[in-house]
Amino acid sequence: MEYFVIIISAIFVSNIVLAQFLGICPFIGVSGKLSTAIGMGGAVMFVMTLATMVTWVLQYYVLNPFGLGFMQTIVFILIIAALVQMVEIILKKVSPALYQALGVFLPLITTNCAVLGVAILVIQKDFNLLEGVVFAISTAIGFTLAIALFSGIREHLDLMEVPKGMRGVPIALIVAGILALAFMGFTGLV
Amino acid sequence: MNQLQNFTKGFVKENPVFVLVLGMCPTLGVTSTAINGLGMGLATTFVLVMSNIVVSIVRNVIPDKVRIPAFIVIIASFVTIVELLMQAYTPALFESLGIFIPLIVVNCIVLGRAEAFASKNPVGSSLIDGLGMGLGFAFALTLLGSVRELLGSGAIFGLNLIKGDLMLVFVLAPGAFIALGYLIAIMNRLSKTS
Repeated sequence: MEYFVIIISAIFVSNIVLAQFLGICPFIGVSGKLSTAIGMGGAVMFVMTLATMVTWVLQYYVLNPFGLGFMQTIVFILIIAALVQMVEIILKKVSPALYQALGVFLPLITTNCAVLGVAILVIQKDFNLLEGVVFAISTAIGFTLAIALFSGIREHLDLMEVPKGMRGVPIALIVAGILALAFMGFTGLV
Repeated sequence: MNQLQNFTKGFVKENPVFVLVLGMCPTLGVTSTAINGLGMGLATTFVLVMSNIVVSIVRNVIPDKVRIPAFIVIIASFVTIVELLMQAYTPALFESLGIFIPLIVVNCIVLGRAEAFASKNPVGSSLIDGLGMGLGFAFALTLLGSVRELLGSGAIFGLNLIKGDLMLVFVLAPGAFIALGYLIAIMNRLSKTS
């Protein structure tokens, strides 16, 4: 039951993009086409889950016992940057097909604040390791859902006649606002 | 480019939020009130100025291949300093900005200026560049915060201006997207005509 609540709230109620405003850059940047949006979602899920596991272990077995809690930001961002590099190198060797699909998105993920955000949130919410992993996976599903829905709308938006000043980013933001409005309907679900 | 242009470019011509569309997460996430927007903007300005100065000082020492990780460590150190300072001296603001303070470290503007400007320019102009860009960011956040606070709760900086029922949606999540969308559209229109 506990896990069910974590999953539903991470995907719908407090959706990482539309309710918590993390990972907006890829949300606006790579949501032009449905296929790239789903590729980005997959890459984020992969890195987010791995990063959460590694940072959780570091926080509880290295930083806390040695009283280094204030180093959290520095350590986490370095771990994420190193992890992304490593994943890229390993994927290239082990699974060229997967690398083809996710490769272009991997360097972008280091500066995706959703990954660092989830790693910090897991610590702030006092999750245990399993809860943290479940939270990371469902958050990534929520991210993929939002970005996929948004790209579907944007594909149609390209064909519409939009006033000159509103073209591009402004209309995308307003559409995102309407999407966020729709997601507010989930408030109170859990 | 002279120093004055270097300073003012961040406000209008290359405003990080309205023109370059960088640093969207804190822009949308913390601007439910004007004071939050201003606080976030100033915290980011501090990090931007300090990291620009340090990056500019060490620019000839750091090997090209490891420069990005080195920049990230420099930025993360200053973010940690800001975090501790805010926790000590402005606890209320620290609470309401929450997770977005450590996330300054992944703000594209900070790393972007370090890479694009400070790593190629002397200390003086890097300082001015950081200050201009940071204040431009703070200006954008304060403007967006004021608009949302005014439309959502009839106040600016907590000062009550309008009484009665207002559009509460503007202080909630969807309002952030919609208000920023219209602000950018207005900026686009203004910059076209001038």
